[in-house]
Amino acid sequence: MPEPLIYELSSPGRPGVPLPQPDVPLAELPTGLTRDELPLPELSEADVIRHFTRLSTFNYGVDTGLYPLGSCTMKYNPKVNEEAARLTGFAFSHPLQDPQTAQGNLALMYRLQEWLKEIGGFAAVSLQPAAGAHGELTGILIVRAYHQSRGDTKRTKILIPDSAHGTNPASSTMSGMQVVELPSDGRGNVDLQALRQACDETVAGLMLTNPNTLGLFEEHVREVVDQVHKCGGLVYGDGANMNALLGVVRPGDLGFDVLHYNLHKTFSTPHGGGGPGSGPVGVSRALVDFLPGPLVEIVEAGDDEEPPLYGLVMPAKSIGRVKAFHGHFGMLVRAYTYIRMQGKSGMRAIADHAVLNANYLRARLRDVYHIPHDRICMHEFVAEGRWDDAPDVRALDIAKRLMDYHFHPPTNYFPLIVHEALMIEPTETESKRTLDEFVEALKSIAREAHETPELLRSAPHNTPFGRLDEVQAAKQLVLCCRPAELGQA
Amino acid sequence: MAYIPHTDEERRAMLAAIGVGRLDDLYDAVPADVRFPDLDLPEPLSELEVMQELQMLAEANLDTRHFACFLGAGAYNHFIPAAVDQILRRGEFYTAYTPYQPEISQGTLQAIFEYQSLLCNLTGMDVSNASHYDGATALAEAVILALNHHRGKRRKVILSPAVHPHSRQVVRTYSQGMGLTILGDEACCNGPADLARLIDADTALVAVQYPDFFGHIVDFRELADAAHAAGALLCVAVNPLTLGLLQPPAAFGADVVVGEGQPLGIPPSFGGPYLGIFTTKNEFVRKMAGRLVGETVDSRGQRGYVLTLTPREQHIRREKATSNICTNQGLMALASAVYLSLMGKAGLRRVAELCYHKAHYAAEAIARLDGYRIWNEAPFFHEFVVACPRPVAEINDHLLTEYDILGGYDLGSSYPELRDHMLIAVTEMNSREQIDDLVQALEEAAHA
Amino acid sequence: MNLPTELKYTENDEWIRVEGGKGTAGITDYAQEQLSDIVFVEVSVSVGEKVEKGAAMASVESVKAAADVYMPVSGVITAINEALPGTPELVNSDPYGQAWMVKFDIAEPGQVDGLLDAAAYQKHCEERSH
Repeated sequence: MPEPLIYELSSPGRPGVPLPQPDVPLAELPTGLTRDELPLPELSEADVIRHFTRLSTFNYGVDTGLYPLGSCTMKYNPKVNEEAARLTGFAFSHPLQDPQTAQGNLALMYRLQEWLKEIGGFAAVSLQPAAGAHGELTGILIVRAYHQSRGDTKRTKILIPDSAHGTNPASSTMSGMQVVELPSDGRGNVDLQALRQACDETVAGLMLTNPNTLGLFEEHVREVVDQVHKCGGLVYGDGANMNALLGVVRPGDLGFDVLHYNLHKTFSTPHGGGGPGSGPVGVSRALVDFLPGPLVEIVEAGDDEEPPLYGLVMPAKSIGRVKAFHGHFGMLVRAYTYIRMQGKSGMRAIADHAVLNANYLRARLRDVYHIPHDRICMHEFVAEGRWDDAPDVRALDIAKRLMDYHFHPPTNYFPLIVHEALMIEPTETESKRTLDEFVEALKSIAREAHETPELLRSAPHNTPFGRLDEVQAAKQLVLCCRPAELGQA
Repeated sequence: MAYIPHTDEERRAMLAAIGVGRLDDLYDAVPADVRFPDLDLPEPLSELEVMQELQMLAEANLDTRHFACFLGAGAYNHFIPAAVDQILRRGEFYTAYTPYQPEISQGTLQAIFEYQSLLCNLTGMDVSNASHYDGATALAEAVILALNHHRGKRRKVILSPAVHPHSRQVVRTYSQGMGLTILGDEACCNGPADLARLIDADTALVAVQYPDFFGHIVDFRELADAAHAAGALLCVAVNPLTLGLLQPPAAFGADVVVGEGQPLGIPPSFGGPYLGIFTTKNEFVRKMAGRLVGETVDSRGQRGYVLTLTPREQHIRREKATSNICTNQGLMALASAVYLSLMGKAGLRRVAELCYHKAHYAAEAIARLDGYRIWNEAPFFHEFVVACPRPVAEINDHLLTEYDILGGYDLGSSYPELRDHMLIAVTEMNSREQIDDLVQALEEAAHA
Repeated sequence: MNLPTELKYTENDEWIRVEGGKGTAGITDYAQEQLSDIVFVEVSVSVGEKVEKGAAMASVESVKAAADVYMPVSGVITAINEALPGTPELVNSDPYGQAWMVKFDIAEPGQVDGLLDAAAYQKHCEERSH
C-alpha cells in the first residue's frame, strides 16, 4: 500500500521539534522583507519517523541482499565507517577553521592522498572532486590545461571508446572538447586500427576504462597507451572498475596520466540512494601542478616529538576549484577507515575475490545465458538477456522477474554495444552461498522465459509496487506537490 | 581480510568451476612486468584498532560542539534534531543505489519527490531537481542552463562579488573551456546598480546571492528588471534556512534559484558532503541538469514515482547532454527533507528568528566597542561584517586561546579591500552567554 | 515500415515533401519506432528564420532516447506545427501527416536531388538494424 506524501500527513497546528525561547532582546524584523506564507508541513516527530521508516521499507539496499549492478561495485558498506564519520571531531569541524585547529582532518586527508597515490601509481592526488563524473570533468580540464600551457592549442579532440559510460563524452563536451568515438574490436577491446587512424596532433587525449565496461582487461593496453602518447596525447583513466586492479596492477604503471577514483565504488563508501559519492583524481608527475586545490601538504616537517604540521596549498598552475571547501570529507573518513582496515594485504584480496566471484558466476551461467565475450573476465561480465527461441522476453523482463526472487537486478542496457545487456558484478563481499542462490534464480528465470514468458513480462509480482508507467511520468510532468492543491495554506 | 567471506574450501570449489588452478591465473591479460606490485601501505588494523586511531585523529581537531562557533561563510553550525540521523542510518536508504529500478526503490523516489516539493515551496519556484553536489556547482550548472537557453549565442556572465568566493571560483573552473566573459566581481562593493550597468545583449546570466556573502539582504528587483529587459536570466544563490523568514527569491523575479542546503540538517563535516539546491521555472525544466523524480502510477494503479526526463541526462544524450552530472546528493537531500519535516512551518520560522535576533544582539554590542565598526548599513540576516582594529588572525588567536571561541571569517583572504574585516555568523546554537563572551573577548583583543 | 514514395529522405531519418519551391519536413516512421513513445517535441526554429541544411530545427524525446531533427535542405521557415508540443504522440501515430514539423521555402533546390528516395532510404535502414 503506498505511503502518503509528507504534505498529506500534515495537520495544521501540529507541534514539531521543541525549540528554545529567545534569550536576547528581539530586534526589529526587516520591513517588507519577510515572507507571509511558509508552505511547509506540520507534523510531530513520531509522524516524521514513521513516515520515513515506512518509506524505507519500500527500498532494497546492499543491506537487504545481493546487488549485482555492473560498474557500480555495490560491495558491503562497513558499519565502522559510519561510526568513524560521525566522530564529533570530524562531523562538527568547520571547513574554514584555522588549519592549525583541524590537524586531525588534514592528517587524515594527507594519508588518504598518499595511499591513493600508492594504490593507483600516481605522483599526486586531489580529494576535492565530489563524484566520478566530477572527477572526469576535472581530469579532462587538466588535460586541456596541460596542452594550453605548452602552447599546443590545436588539441581539441578527446577519443572515447563506444563502450564508455555516458559521463565520459558528456564531461569532454563540458570541457569544450570535441568527442571522437572509437569502435571496439571483435574481442571487446579498443580497435587498434581505428585508434591509429584517429591519433594525430589534434588529439588531446583518450579516455579509457580498464577493465572496460564489458568487464574485460584491455588486451593491448600498452599499445593503446603508447599510441596515444606517440601522437602527443594524454591517457585519462576512468577508475570506475578499479575493484579488479587493487594490488594487481597500478594504472600509473601502465602509463595512464590521470585517473579518477570512485570512493563509493572501490572504497566501500555507501551509495546513499544516489549519492553522495567522492571522485578523487590522481595524476602523473607532469600534471601535478594542474590539480584542483587546495591539496593537503606537510608545511612543517615533524620529528620524534612532534607530528608534522599540515596545511592547504594551491598547486602552481591549478585548473581552479571544482567544488566549495575541501571535497566530501565525510566520505574521505569512510574511505580512510576502509583502507586502514584492509591494509596492504587486503588490497590484493579484494581484487582476487571480486574477480573470483565474477568468473564463478560466468562459469555457472554460460550454458544458460549467452555471454558474447566468454573468456576470463575481471570483476564483472556482460550476458545477453535474450534467447532466439524465447522472442517475447527481453533483458528488462528478466530484471523485473529477479525482484520476485529477492535479488536486485544487474545493470540493464549498458554497455550499448551488447544487445539486451545484463552487466553482472557481484563484488568480493558476497559469499559462494549467495552466488549459488543467484545462479539458481537466473536458471529458473531462463526456464520460465521459455515455458511461461508472460510471468516475466508482467513481473514483478512479489514487490510492493508493480512496473511504473514511465511514459505517463514524462508526458504529464508532476514534479512536486503544492500544499495549496491539498487545501493547505 | 575484512568483509571477504570466502573459506579455503569455497575458493577451491570456485576455482575448479572456473577451470583455473590458482587465483593468480585470473590475471594473464595483465602485463607481467607491472603485475602484482608491492604496495607501500600499512598492514591492516582490526575494527577495534582503527576506531582508536580515528578517535585520536578526531580529537586532534577543535569542533563546534566544544567551542563556541561564530564562523559561517557558507557553512553553518545549526541544530540538527536527533531524528534526522536516525533516518539516515537506515540501511535501506543509505546502502541503496540510484533508483533506476523503481519497483524496489519507492522509498528513495518518494523521499526525493518530497525533497523537490519542499524546496519548491520554500523557494517559490516551480520545479526542483534531486540536487547537485553543492551550492557552488549548482551555480555553475545555472550558468550552463543559461548558455543553453540562449543556444550558445550569448557568452557573458555577470557575477556579483557578494556571491561566495568558492562559488565564483567554481564557475570559472567549469567554464574555462567555454570561451565566456565573466565579470562584475572585480570590486567587493559592486552592488546591483553597478551590475545592471554591465548588462548588454551578450549577457546570458546575472548571478547574485541572498543573503549575500557579507550577510546583507539586498533588494534585487531593479536588477531583475534590467536583466529581463536585456533578455538575460537572473540566478539567485540562497541560504535556504533564511527563507524561513525572508521573502523567497521568486518574489523578485528569479529565473533560477540555487543554494547550499547544508544548513538544513547537515553537519559541517569539514566541508562535505553538502547539498546543491537547484530550482527553476517550468519553462526551463528541460534545460535543467541533474536527476528529476516525477509522479506516475504502477501496473496495479497505485501512485508511485520514477526518475523522469532522463533523456536530458548523460547516460542517454552522452556528448549532447547539457551536463555530465550523474550522482545527486541523495542521502543529503533525504536529510534536508527529514529536517524540514521535523521543523515544519513553525520550527523553521522560529530557527530563522533566533538566528536573526541573536545576530542583531551581537552586532549592536560589538558596534559599541572602541575600535570596531559594523561595515554593513543594509539589513542583514545572521551574518555581518566588522571592521577590526587589528588583523583578524590575531584577534581570532586571542578568542581561541582565552575564550575557546572559533572566531569569524577573515575577509581579507578573499577580498583585498577587506583586510582586517571579520565576517561573524550567529545561529540558534549561540547562547546569550557565548555572545557576551565574544563581545568581551573582542574588546580585550583590541588592546592585547 | 511506412515509406511514402513521393517523399525524399535523409540518412538522419528526416523526410521532406517537395511541392513547387516549398518543403515540409518531419521524422520517419522508422525513427518513431526506434524512439518508441514520444513524450516531447520542441521545434527550435521560428517563422522567417533561414536555416541551413543539416542545422538542428527540432528535438524529440521519448522515455529512453532523445534525438535532434535536422533540416534536410536549406530553407526559410514559413510555418511550424503548433499542435505538436501538446500532442507529441502524433509523431508515433502519423509521422508523415499531422506530425509535420516545419514548412519552408526551399533556398537551394539542387540540394533535393542529393537526398535518398524511398528505396535507398529503406536500404539504409536495413543496413543499420542487425
